[in-house]
Amino acid sequence: MTVFALIIINKAGGLIYNRTFHEGGLNKISTNDYLVLAGTFHGVHAITTRLNPVKNAGGDRTSTSPSVPGAANIVNRPEPSSGLEVLESENFRLQCFNTMTGTKFLLFTDTTQANVDVTIRRVYEMYADYVMKNPFYQLEMPVRCDMFDRKLLSYIREINNR
Amino acid sequence: MAHMGATGKTGSKEPGLRYPANGKTIFHRPLNRSKTSELSQASFAYLFSEMVSYAQKRVTGIADLEKRLNLQGHPIGLKLLDLLLIREPLRSQSRPLNIIALLHFIKGNLWTHLFGRQADRLEKSSNPDTPDEYMIIDNEPLVNAYVSVPKEMSQLNCAAFVAGIVEGVCDGAAFPARVTAHTVGGKEEGEMWPGKTVFLVKFQPEVLEREALIGKS
Repeated sequence: MTVFALIIINKAGGLIYNRTFHEGGLNKISTNDYLVLAGTFHGVHAITTRLNPVKNAGGDRTSTSPSVPGAANIVNRPEPSSGLEVLESENFRLQCFNTMTGTKFLLFTDTTQANVDVTIRRVYEMYADYVMKNPFYQLEMPVRCDMFDRKLLSYIREINNR
Repeated sequence: MAHMGATGKTGSKEPGLRYPANGKTIFHRPLNRSKTSELSQASFAYLFSEMVSYAQKRVTGIADLEKRLNLQGHPIGLKLLDLLLIREPLRSQSRPLNIIALLHFIKGNLWTHLFGRQADRLEKSSNPDTPDEYMIIDNEPLVNAYVSVPKEMSQLNCAAFVAGIVEGVCDGAAFPARVTAHTVGGKEEGEMWPGKTVFLVKFQPEVLEREALIGKS
């Protein structure tokens, strides 16, 4: 069980973080290819969210009690479709986690890796802590935070050595 | 000014100071009410992040930025000295009267109040040329918990804010000093604590002069 790499894509489809944890897992591709991969994935993800048949939950919006108009609207808004979540090949598995703000975390693991959703949520938590709370980080720009790197590496190393 | 009417007669007289309708200001609250209460670290982290960004506006350099952070902390230190002393048991309510007592007060009471634990170490400068320098060492300052300083600003340590608080306490106790924060982690023995910070307390010459006189008598 191995975690190969992590990619973070901002809400505009730009690559803001890219790190490989395990040598020899995935073939190396150039930084330019990573940028293309991020942009392409962003586009494909956007299309898959549209493909998804939206559950018809908003139909009876008008019939709900008018006493709490604000609450009724929120309750009846259909779940936004998640779009592409997992992409699997013979040799690796790509899990995508899309945050409420549209930032995407892509985790490349081998196909036997379990509990990837837990791992990816923990990575998101670290991102929220060590990137978003860092006064020197500019939104939507590439992530260059020592503290994030350090915590992420030690967390992934722990998983890979299990 | 429509809201002023609701507050009644007290509000409209003094500009700048607004009173709530019941007349109870923050000064009417018991001083010990918040003694054991805790704050969310996440909300503090966001606030501190904004404080650093605010201090970063229109600064000319890193020294200037640290100076601004220091200034933000200074008034907090001045006020905390009084608050922490009044919370002490009655017999130990007097302010610290010598350097060692003051530094122990900072390491113990002040640190416990602010960060929930004591500072890690207290040292006196071993250099004979600078007998006025003392060091308070914190292995991982709480304010820097989520801060990664970019490489081009490597001399910066955002704990300058805490240094400002310490400076406020020293000034308030009539031990005028300059306090600065320095990162020492990542070097030889600091590997385990990459955020290790030294607060360098440099007292004014008159403080040492007085200290020497007290020591003689």
